[in-house]
Amino acid sequence: MPRNLLRLIACACTVLSIGLAAPDSHALDRAIVDRLASDDMMEKLDAIEEIAVSGETAALALLQAMQNGEIYLAEDGRAVIVSEDAVLDAATMQTLDPAPEEFSPVIVNNRIRARLQTAIGALSLLSPERLVRLESAIALQWTEDVSLLPVVARALEGETDPAIRGMLVRIKAQLDLRSDDPQRRLAAVEVLGSASQARVRAMVARLVELDPAGAFVEPDAQVRAAALDALRSIDRRLLLSDMLGRVFSGLSLGSILLLAALGLAITYGLLGVINLAHGEMLMIGAYATFVTQQVFRSYFPEWIDWYLAAALPVAFVATALVGMALERSVIRWLYGRPLETLLATWGISLFLIQAVRQTFGAQNVEVANPSWMSGGITVMNVAMAYNRIVIIVFALIVLLLMWLLLARTRLGLFIRSVTQNRTMASCVGVPTARVDLMAFGLGSGIAGLAGVALSQIGNVGPDLGQAYIIDSFMVVVLGGVGQLAGTVYAALGLGVFSKFIEPHIGAVLTKILVLVLIIAVIQKRPQGLFALKGRAVES
Amino acid sequence: MREPHTTETFLSGAGWTALAVFAAVTLLIMPALSVFTEPDNPLHVSAYTITLAGKILCYCVVALAMNMIWGYAGILSLGHGLFFALGGYAFGMYLMRQIEGEGQYQSELPDFMVFLDWTAYPWYWTGTEHFLWAALLVVLAPGVLAFVFGFFAFRSRIKGVYFAIITQAMTFAFMLLFFRNETGFGGNNGFTDFKRVLGFPITAPSTRAVLFALSAALVIGTILLTRFLMRSKAGRVLTAIRDSESRLMFCGYNPLGYKLFVWTLSAVLCGIAGALYVPQVGIINPSEMSPANSIEIAIWVAVGGRGTLIGPLIGAFAVNGAKTFFTQSFPEYWLFFLGLLFILVTLFLPKGLVGMASQIMRARR
Repeated sequence: MPRNLLRLIACACTVLSIGLAAPDSHALDRAIVDRLASDDMMEKLDAIEEIAVSGETAALALLQAMQNGEIYLAEDGRAVIVSEDAVLDAATMQTLDPAPEEFSPVIVNNRIRARLQTAIGALSLLSPERLVRLESAIALQWTEDVSLLPVVARALEGETDPAIRGMLVRIKAQLDLRSDDPQRRLAAVEVLGSASQARVRAMVARLVELDPAGAFVEPDAQVRAAALDALRSIDRRLLLSDMLGRVFSGLSLGSILLLAALGLAITYGLLGVINLAHGEMLMIGAYATFVTQQVFRSYFPEWIDWYLAAALPVAFVATALVGMALERSVIRWLYGRPLETLLATWGISLFLIQAVRQTFGAQNVEVANPSWMSGGITVMNVAMAYNRIVIIVFALIVLLLMWLLLARTRLGLFIRSVTQNRTMASCVGVPTARVDLMAFGLGSGIAGLAGVALSQIGNVGPDLGQAYIIDSFMVVVLGGVGQLAGTVYAALGLGVFSKFIEPHIGAVLTKILVLVLIIAVIQKRPQGLFALKGRAVES
Repeated sequence: MREPHTTETFLSGAGWTALAVFAAVTLLIMPALSVFTEPDNPLHVSAYTITLAGKILCYCVVALAMNMIWGYAGILSLGHGLFFALGGYAFGMYLMRQIEGEGQYQSELPDFMVFLDWTAYPWYWTGTEHFLWAALLVVLAPGVLAFVFGFFAFRSRIKGVYFAIITQAMTFAFMLLFFRNETGFGGNNGFTDFKRVLGFPITAPSTRAVLFALSAALVIGTILLTRFLMRSKAGRVLTAIRDSESRLMFCGYNPLGYKLFVWTLSAVLCGIAGALYVPQVGIINPSEMSPANSIEIAIWVAVGGRGTLIGPLIGAFAVNGAKTFFTQSFPEYWLFFLGLLFILVTLFLPKGLVGMASQIMRARR
């Protein structure tokens, strides 16, 4: 509707000049305001638009009142606002005294309501509050309503915040794309070339498409050329942020796999003990976190944001103790009989699951993120949740500590020696039985730490460990037995690989494909991708 | 491996007698009692009993099949539930076809397909309305999968714990696949609400009795097959693989063919057991493929005594009997019991109940 549009622009310009001349005038034009109470719906719609583009401070309150159904038509033909305790003149916002005796309600139907919503959103762009302006800009960012153009332009003039400014520039360019003036469209296309949203791309792409009649949607060749340029630059940026997003979620998944598998890399990789109860160690770690949280809630509510710091040692010690108890009572008797170990540890896992179920109930328990871990940042249009970032960093720290322990301490030396050659280590005086015990405790303790991390991103229930046990075994099998580097490469590689193919074939098929690939890899390298060369091959 | 060579004399005279008694009871007496006596007769075998016993007989076949590869050839599979379920699904496709528009939506297609807005059967359902093709699928689906998987796994000499873990991952992956609605096997709910098998109503006492007798026949057949196999030269090679594979290879044998044969045979037996299981319990869904189910099979064999002919039978009956008892009387203690069973049997009963019995007998002598 070009006629309407022109009228609007003209109107906006006059209002704009008045507004600039007297920015603090609170009164609205009574003629326009009274039309809000008109019987004709088109009249009402026009009035709302005109009030919106006026950009007055009072306009916002007026339109909100209308949205709340507080606008009435008084007997003298004036529009009034009827609130709980007073009747106001809609144009001046002054209390009417004496109040009119009779007034009839103004009908607000869905179409008017929709228009009101847009208008209120647009007016909020001019609010003095930064947050209100930001929210309004976000709400309006995909609007296709060209009547908002004057308000956006006016908001842009006064805007100082760079983030909001950037959004307004984009919104204005998007609306300008529909302009009749080729120069404005050209400028808009050039502005949009620096955007990085898929929807902006679609808007620009529409220009170079053919309409049903076979002509280009955009008549001007210069604008089309600019649109092609803009598309190329948007595509480049979209690809980059897509890649970044996948790498990030891949690293996130990989770090979770790494945490879950690191403990296993010690018990299975170094000791050769296949521990199917490893998943339950994760679960115990997560429940230890839950218990710590409850203790903090009851006794130290002021420190609740830091309960995780206490949960780490609690979970480590709890799971390490459980692990050591298992080693002493069951697993020690089964060294050298891996298949029996596997069955016995499965039995242990069933036992632990049921024990937790009876203690804490079969339902998931609620473990909350501390406030500093909720939220996230957006880098190049990729949303990165803080808890994911924290877990990636945490996995690296755990890895570093474990490496230091294995490479730099006496216990680590013993563990490595027993791994390489148990008999020989025993001959030179390494107390192998005690080393087994300590290593098992260490592996379980690390699983406990992983449980703390898992409690921050997923549900905590008795079945928590079952979901991770197969994945973490796959990581260890793929990475190869006997050293940490393989586990790290396998975990991060699997994570990133899965996230790269997941969007194409879906999560379930990805899991199946990963499994098939692991079997294929084992064809070529039966001891895993990064196996130690040596004689410890034949069991 | 340190286990001594198997010393069992395959079926002594008493063993043959026991087998004959077992055959008479399960093939004739129990089916006859359930069909030809009235419910108020004290000798009557109720539908519940015959279904439960038939179900356990199917488990027995699975246990015997597991014993073939684990007990004799030393290959622990944690994926046998998958072959069982595949056989069940293959036959379940036929059973779904037999509903013939008597489902909730009165459609040619099974209800879950109507729900998905499908208008025709997907290609892999072709021919499943024919009993013979479905029966062939019961053998082919687990057989081909086991053959291909086994070929690649055994060729690269994956064994022991590695093999166990990979089979577990395999069944897990299949479970996820079958949980998807789009896979075309009913998703979460699987197949259920069967009406007929070969035109006979599926809940009729006579149908149940026949299915029960067929399961029993399969058990007896599997026992005889195992006996035949293990007395043959191939059986000797298989036990040699269990006891020392590398030594066997130094003697000039290639274990690949032997392992592949017994592995595929075992999978096919599981598939047939699954096909008999589904019409008796009336449902098949992806949870049959859960890793926990497969690992439970191993404990049946371990409890009874692996590497013995009748041990798996005893184990399957004992554990499933206990499961029925616990889940009815103390459901919350079943997992405790099962967990303890896993631990105690591996720690104290490495040869299972049969091994313990023969030890006691030897001590008496």
